[in-house]
Amino acid sequence: MTEPAGLTTKPVTFRGDLFLPRTRRVAGAAALVALVAFWQLASSVGWLDPVMAPSPREVFGSLFALARSGELAGHLAASLGRLFGGFAIGATAGVGFGLAVGLFSAVRSPGVAVVSALFPIPKIALLPLFILWFGIGEGSKLATIAFGSFFPTVVATYGAVDGVDRSLVRMGRSFGLSSWSIVRKIVLPGALPGILSGLRIASSISIVLLVAAEMIGANRGIGAMVLAAGNLMQSDRLLGGVVVLSLLGLAIAGLLGWIERKLTAWR
Amino acid sequence: MKLAASNITHRYGPLPVLDDVSLGVAEGEVVAVVGPSGCGKSTLLRILGGLERPDAGTVATEGAAPARSLNPITYVFQDFALLPWRTVAGNVRLPLEEHTMPESERDAVVRDALNRTGLGDFAGAWPRQLSGGMRQRVGIARALAVRPAILLMDEPLSALDGQTRELLMDDLIALHASGELSTVYVTHNLDEAVRLADRIVVLSRRPGRVRAEVRLDRPRGERRAGDAALVAQARDLWELIRADAAAADRELAR
Ligand SMILES: Nc1ncnc2c1ncn2[C@@H]1O[C@H](COP(=O)(O)OP(=O)(O)O)[C@@H](O)[C@H]1O
Ligand SMILES: [Mg+2]
Repeated sequence: MTEPAGLTTKPVTFRGDLFLPRTRRVAGAAALVALVAFWQLASSVGWLDPVMAPSPREVFGSLFALARSGELAGHLAASLGRLFGGFAIGATAGVGFGLAVGLFSAVRSPGVAVVSALFPIPKIALLPLFILWFGIGEGSKLATIAFGSFFPTVVATYGAVDGVDRSLVRMGRSFGLSSWSIVRKIVLPGALPGILSGLRIASSISIVLLVAAEMIGANRGIGAMVLAAGNLMQSDRLLGGVVVLSLLGLAIAGLLGWIERKLTAWR
Repeated sequence: MKLAASNITHRYGPLPVLDDVSLGVAEGEVVAVVGPSGCGKSTLLRILGGLERPDAGTVATEGAAPARSLNPITYVFQDFALLPWRTVAGNVRLPLEEHTMPESERDAVVRDALNRTGLGDFAGAWPRQLSGGMRQRVGIARALAVRPAILLMDEPLSALDGQTRELLMDDLIALHASGELSTVYVTHNLDEAVRLADRIVVLSRRPGRVRAEVRLDRPRGERRAGDAALVAQARDLWELIRADAAAADRELAR
């Protein structure tokens, strides 16, 4: 084709930006550093009242002091024990019950009804009841956390089981796999990504409940430490506890992310 | 082993899908089932293998499966039905894990099935890394590994492009050369049917009824793609179902 003289050519403009953000770990870390730096700057310049809002230097200073005296380790050990104990009970039971709801007609409707009725209750409202049942000690705290992580795990698990490709289950049947093999080799691996995202939510809920329970009835644990510091107007200690909670949440999210990458390498 | 379905009638809720369909496969025979889309071919195949219970009618095998057969009636699926979290070898191994045998024997069976389907070098690959044709080869390898007596294939080549289809077609012809595998081969592709089948069963549009049966006498090994005789046969079949296909095409989906 010959181009008639005088026609202008114009490049086709690019319009394919699909909002697909890329992960840049360094940028993530830099954002956190910048946040702390800005906080320090605000304190140094005098924008922040040192009693009400101590500087990062003071907060980390008191944190190091707590760590050196061994006090922090004691609180942390108490909290971690409750957190992992309660979460392990709730998540295990939740995955098991969620599988049953996802697989068996007999469990499905009753199970969904019970979960729907109990899920919206703020679990911390049940702590007094659990204290009556299990005592003021570890039992009531474990129960609160287990209860709190149970429901989101159930909902995520049966949703994930529903989402498993039934043609794969049919394939398993057609090759004579036993029901147990189908659950173990087809349903569970297929539901795993969904279950793991449910566990992420459950773990965050567990941290919230942990701190709340420790503030209501404990003298050891990060929540108790934060509450005591507040009562004594030790805002540097208080914020130190908050920083520990933030780090704890980050560590758990990182751990779950690592497990997810290991288990879903096939994707 | 023979397979025979008698007077199969089936409906999904108010929708009649199959109406009094009878179909038999003799020892070593390849029967193609063709018909317009939605006429109940897949449903019929599921009923044949016991994956679905028909409203009326019976399915029965005749004669014993060879003693070595681990899964006498075995499917090859249109969408491959591979587990994405298992490697190629892991997928082929899956049905073997159900049977007690020495680990070394299991490995040998898997290796043999992979070699027969040209997948020997891909044992450790993930399904997502494979082309459609290679994925269906895994599906076929998995079926071969359990040494079926009857193979039920639901449009095994329909998800593949024309060139890959041609390559796999040759493999399927080779697979049936021994004459030991009774096969029901569901397809909507008439060229596939005239290349592969000893007998073609033509279903009407929904509800599927047997409209015609065509026997092909020429040995499979002598048929070539594009042979004038095959082309003529496919054209005759098309004339037979053309009106039905056009009507089925205009039906509302449910
Ligand atoms: N599980 C099911 N439930 C309800 N309707 C179905 C189901 N499976 C198939 N159908 C319907 O039955 C008809 C026949 O389906 P199918 O056997 O898949 O046809 P074909 O394989 O010949 O294209 C279609 O109209 C389809 O929508
Ligand atoms: Mg179909």
